Amino acid sequence: MSQKTFGQALNDALTIAMEIDENVFIAGEGVGVSIHQDPNMATHGLLKKFGRKRVKDTPVSEAAIAGLAVGASCMGLRPVVEIMFFPFITLASDMLVNHAGKLGYMSGGKSSFPLTVRVKAGVGFGAGSQHSHNLESWIAHSPGLKIVWPATPEDAKGLLLTAIFDPDPVIVVEDMMLYRMSGEVPAGDIRTPLGKARMVTSGTDCTIVAYGVALYTVMKAFKPLSEQGISCEVIDLRSLVPLDKACILDSVRKTGRLVVVHEANRFCGFGAELAAMVAEEAFEALKGPVKRVGAPQIPVPTAPTHEKIFKPGPEDVVLAVRETMKK
Amino acid sequence: MKENQIVPDLQIRLYTSMILTRKFEEKIVALSQEPYRMPGMQILANGQEAVATGIVSALELEDVIISNHRSHGHLLARGADLNSLMAEIMVKDKGVNGGKAGTLHLSVPDLNVLMTSTVVGAGPPLAMGAAFAQQYKRAKGITVVFFGDGAAAEGSVHEAMNLAGVWKLPLLFVCENNCWAGAQRSEEHCAAQHIFQRAKGYDMPGQSVDGNDVEAVYNLALELVEYCRSGKGPALMEALTYRMRGHGEQDQQHYVDPGELAIWEAKCPIRLYRQKLLNDGVLNQAQIQTIDQDAETRVSAAVAFGDDSSYPGPETALTDVFVQPPSA
Repeated sequence: MSQKTFGQALNDALTIAMEIDENVFIAGEGVGVSIHQDPNMATHGLLKKFGRKRVKDTPVSEAAIAGLAVGASCMGLRPVVEIMFFPFITLASDMLVNHAGKLGYMSGGKSSFPLTVRVKAGVGFGAGSQHSHNLESWIAHSPGLKIVWPATPEDAKGLLLTAIFDPDPVIVVEDMMLYRMSGEVPAGDIRTPLGKARMVTSGTDCTIVAYGVALYTVMKAFKPLSEQGISCEVIDLRSLVPLDKACILDSVRKTGRLVVVHEANRFCGFGAELAAMVAEEAFEALKGPVKRVGAPQIPVPTAPTHEKIFKPGPEDVVLAVRETMKK
Repeated sequence: MKENQIVPDLQIRLYTSMILTRKFEEKIVALSQEPYRMPGMQILANGQEAVATGIVSALELEDVIISNHRSHGHLLARGADLNSLMAEIMVKDKGVNGGKAGTLHLSVPDLNVLMTSTVVGAGPPLAMGAAFAQQYKRAKGITVVFFGDGAAAEGSVHEAMNLAGVWKLPLLFVCENNCWAGAQRSEEHCAAQHIFQRAKGYDMPGQSVDGNDVEAVYNLALELVEYCRSGKGPALMEALTYRMRGHGEQDQQHYVDPGELAIWEAKCPIRLYRQKLLNDGVLNQAQIQTIDQDAETRVSAAVAFGDDSSYPGPETALTDVFVQPPSA
């Protein structure tokens, strides 16, 4: 156990994966030599450690980066490729959606694609909507792809290691706002299972589900809610596909209420799936309406004043919980 | 090792492969005219047999093939089992992919026909990944990807060629230029007349060949495959041929000049080669008939095999999405 930042924990995972399996290589724009000299970058120092054969800087070619991952994984390698910012995954999406996600099925199970795509996400650094746009629902909607979203340094390491050695294509979303966050990280090869949510706090009145940096927005709302006498059960989803349905349903059956919080647009966001799932499978347990906290249906704005409107804050979480408690 | 000169034994194999492909696809044409016999789109390479046969015959089994929607010739030339191939095209459970691929997404990883993509232009980046794996593992094999002149308009093809050029990957790009992308002629979708000239921009050799001359295709393929295998990097080969049956069997080719079709019909690669082998005394008429008859017999047996198998059971619809499916 030692203190590491989120970025260092990712770096630790990549290092361990490359040490234990010669078939692991990493590729992407600036994964070897980066314009950033930041030890909190996930790929920092890997070129020096593992050399140019296994740490591949690529041209600015997202389709080729993803194609590299699909083709190489089908040949038995374990590629870990980076798509620099989440919105750029649109350029790679044919390779991921139509190939990584479908060719295993269409081969009748003869082919597999043990690839990992790391993608940086996040709102709040003023770069606007072409560098910030959380597209997890697109991925979750596409069969054959898994998607995980760590919120702590420990899970960053554990989920990335599990993703790399999972036999299926996994997209690992890294919230940029968390790279410098520190936490306890166990040493060695740790694996966080996919499809297992983490119970952050136990409560009796309302279940709140979040993932990634949105978890901390929830935690900022936790205190004012407690002070108002509302006991919340907070769940860190960690993995969207596969989804830990049992954890959410069990919690909602206990509390009778659900609030989902994410930074993506609310409309057709991942929260809609969770709301629908609870309505279908735990309707009898509900004591109030399921509430979703997310962004309005606008591109991620650039000005700090606009970003504030876009990004859900703790006050939005408090409001949503109070609304579902009204009934 | 592949013969580096054309000998009678090779000539007979080239002819046999082409006629088998033709008979196989002619049978698909016939069956697709019967209602519900051949579900899905049937997209054939009738008239382009010399490209598939010529190139695949110049490969070793360790070489990887990435194919596209016009894949039957590539698979047959590689020696794929006719029965399970036909059953798959008929979408039956004894098909090579259990009835989950159909005619468009056939793959036979056991024979290194690793993937087929019908997303036009998607093959080259996939192939680049496969070739990277070969370079990474220091394997002897190279990768060959087949794509069309239509696909050459996709940005993904540029990305793959550029990266293959930068990393000097063992990858042979084969453009089967059949003059058409959908209902658009080459000059309507391709700014320059020849695709192979693009090779210069990626620092790789590029050459074109008469795609209806199987020996010319074989010879050039041997040369470029050897180049890729030697570690010098990728190469681009353009085979000039013609799409005889339209984009797919639903295409009535109302936009095609019948005179042009007749010209290319006269350049049928199989007919030309048959004549050459007769003229050169490699085969006589009776031997040709035996080979043709044998191809027909094998194809008929494959259809019978397909007829004897069933559509995949409903329980298999939900499998193979993940290797390690969610437990819930």
